[in-house]
Amino acid sequence: MPDLRRLPLQVIAYSAFAALIGYFASLPNYQYGDAAAATVKVSLSHAAERVKPCVKLTPEEIAELAMNMRRTEVCERERLPVVLEMDIDGRPVLRLEAPPSGLWGDGPAYVYERLDVSPGPHVLSVRLRDTARQGGWNYSREERVELLAGRYFTITFKAETGGFSFR
Amino acid sequence: MAVLKRVCRFLLERVERGFDIAFGQACNPFSYLGALGWYFFWIVAGTGIYLYIFFDTGVTDAYASVERITHDQWYLGGVMRSLHRYASDALVIVVFLHLLREFSLDRLRGKRFFAWLTGVPTLVFIYLCGISGYWMVWDQLAQYIAIATAEWLDALPFFGEPIANNFLNSTTLSGRFFTLLVFIHIFAPLFMLVLMWVHIQRHAQAKVNPPAPLAVGTAVALVALSLVHPAVSQAPADLDVVPVAVGLDWFYLAGYPLLDVIPGGQLWLIVAGGGLLLALLPWIPPVRQAPAAVVSLDNCNGCARCFEDCPYSAITMEPRSDGKAYDLEAVVNDDNCMSCGICVGACPTATPFRRATAIVPGIELPEYPVADLRETTIAESSQFVRGRRVLVYACEHCGSQSLADDSTRVITMPCVAMLPPAFIDFALSRNLADGIAVAGCADGDCFYRLGGEWMRQRVAGDRDPRLRGRVDHRRLRLLYSRASERQLRTTSIAEFAADLRKLPKNRGSGRSRDA
Repeated sequence: MPDLRRLPLQVIAYSAFAALIGYFASLPNYQYGDAAAATVKVSLSHAAERVKPCVKLTPEEIAELAMNMRRTEVCERERLPVVLEMDIDGRPVLRLEAPPSGLWGDGPAYVYERLDVSPGPHVLSVRLRDTARQGGWNYSREERVELLAGRYFTITFKAETGGFSFR
Repeated sequence: MAVLKRVCRFLLERVERGFDIAFGQACNPFSYLGALGWYFFWIVAGTGIYLYIFFDTGVTDAYASVERITHDQWYLGGVMRSLHRYASDALVIVVFLHLLREFSLDRLRGKRFFAWLTGVPTLVFIYLCGISGYWMVWDQLAQYIAIATAEWLDALPFFGEPIANNFLNSTTLSGRFFTLLVFIHIFAPLFMLVLMWVHIQRHAQAKVNPPAPLAVGTAVALVALSLVHPAVSQAPADLDVVPVAVGLDWFYLAGYPLLDVIPGGQLWLIVAGGGLLLALLPWIPPVRQAPAAVVSLDNCNGCARCFEDCPYSAITMEPRSDGKAYDLEAVVNDDNCMSCGICVGACPTATPFRRATAIVPGIELPEYPVADLRETTIAESSQFVRGRRVLVYACEHCGSQSLADDSTRVITMPCVAMLPPAFIDFALSRNLADGIAVAGCADGDCFYRLGGEWMRQRVAGDRDPRLRGRVDHRRLRLLYSRASERQLRTTSIAEFAADLRKLPKNRGSGRSRDA
């Protein structure tokens, strides 16, 4: 036989339990992004040039190889890092050198960066170097864009489609 | 570590005593935290199956289907969704309280490491289930979780292309992502269920169901909460829009804001280090384990009472190896034996009345021989100075040692159920005391799980070995209390002594026919 005198206390306990769950299941709100800022994301996956250029084999060298191993050139696996720079309104905001992935450094370099920027019109300038050249850039893009508060602006890169895309 | 445990115990005991008032000791939710965890798991599983019937996978379908479930059939689907979420939150609450409580009670040390160690990966799965569930709704909260989780995972050196690239903008998200999520959200709970099953493997008669009043009470509370404050989605996810203010479920996602202040790699180290420390707690610092129970085959008749009473499945009954005319013999698995002595109290040969031969029962603890218990009982009875003589058999964990005074003598043992009921008959029939008090842990909260309950049943004559019918139950009192309830124990002993004064002085019942 349940002790009815305990019932009010149990109701209080169960109510407190439910209130605790009900409140912390969605409150208080967490302020993640800055509503007054625009967020620029830069993302790329790109394999830079190899550290050493491939060496073409002579017909004699090819003939010396086993039938199933014959190829026209020999390449070392390691690749160069990808160098990336970004300026906003001429002010440098990103300078990085992304190493190639993989145990042997033969994979693509990956970049994923997120930056908060004040909304409004800006000149975005991005440059990428994926070869051993000493000066200059292999890909670049500069554009005047309108960044909106509370929205993402993404910069991606695909060498096959000509380089950088802004969205 | 010991200080930390004492502080936790001090605080928890205060709360538990408050709940004792509301629920009674035997139905206190703090004694059933593990069982409540199982109960909430089943609620989450049941409601999840229902929700899955109506859930669609797809970038836009997921959110739309959850909205239909929530609003079009609010009376059933909406309630199911709310119950699914709130029972998951309740699961986190009881699991963390369970962890904290077992830590504070030191019920993780030595051979008890198994349940603790298997509980740690279960925690990981609880979070995997919860977080993957929030992704499936694909609202702004899900978007925030997806981006933050992906960025955190990308801090690990194992992945090639950043996972966060999947959530760059609305063109990069694939519908297959939801198929993967459904897979994770279904199989993670199944793995978790296996882990929960392993978690209780070394517990005989594990408490996996809370008492009916608690089950009904919590279910009513969760349903009421679901009706009053239903779980709803936030605005639909839009990968082109920054989720600025998100309503976090703090039970599952409290760690996420840390990602904004601590680099992902460092947070991985903190989480991994914390997990490792948690897993190693049973051995910090190393503990000395009392020797396991020992079977004396010459005195074991294979009755299996020790096997039935062992709370840790440390005893098995195996074919007789000594050629005696019994079918079985008890065999102790040293790795599982907690040295609680409950098997000794269950052994019918553990009787103090035996005189013709040495008192060696079929099973006993090397550090607490039954012969010594008999001698201690006789020795303590000679220490009474005045008043009604109350002999207290107390467990080591309930704090009853302090009860000793001129008219009260205390004999401690690992668990009250180590006391063979014949000792109560012995002490009273030999006029060694006017009354016997058996002082153990709070009802339903025995340090060795089942000792208090077994002792109660043996004394009531509901469980072997039964207390002999000739014992005057007015001279016997079971005092089950929390370690911090010193005043309650002192008052109870004083009341018992006062009740004994109303009875004629014990003259004993003469010598029983000794075995």
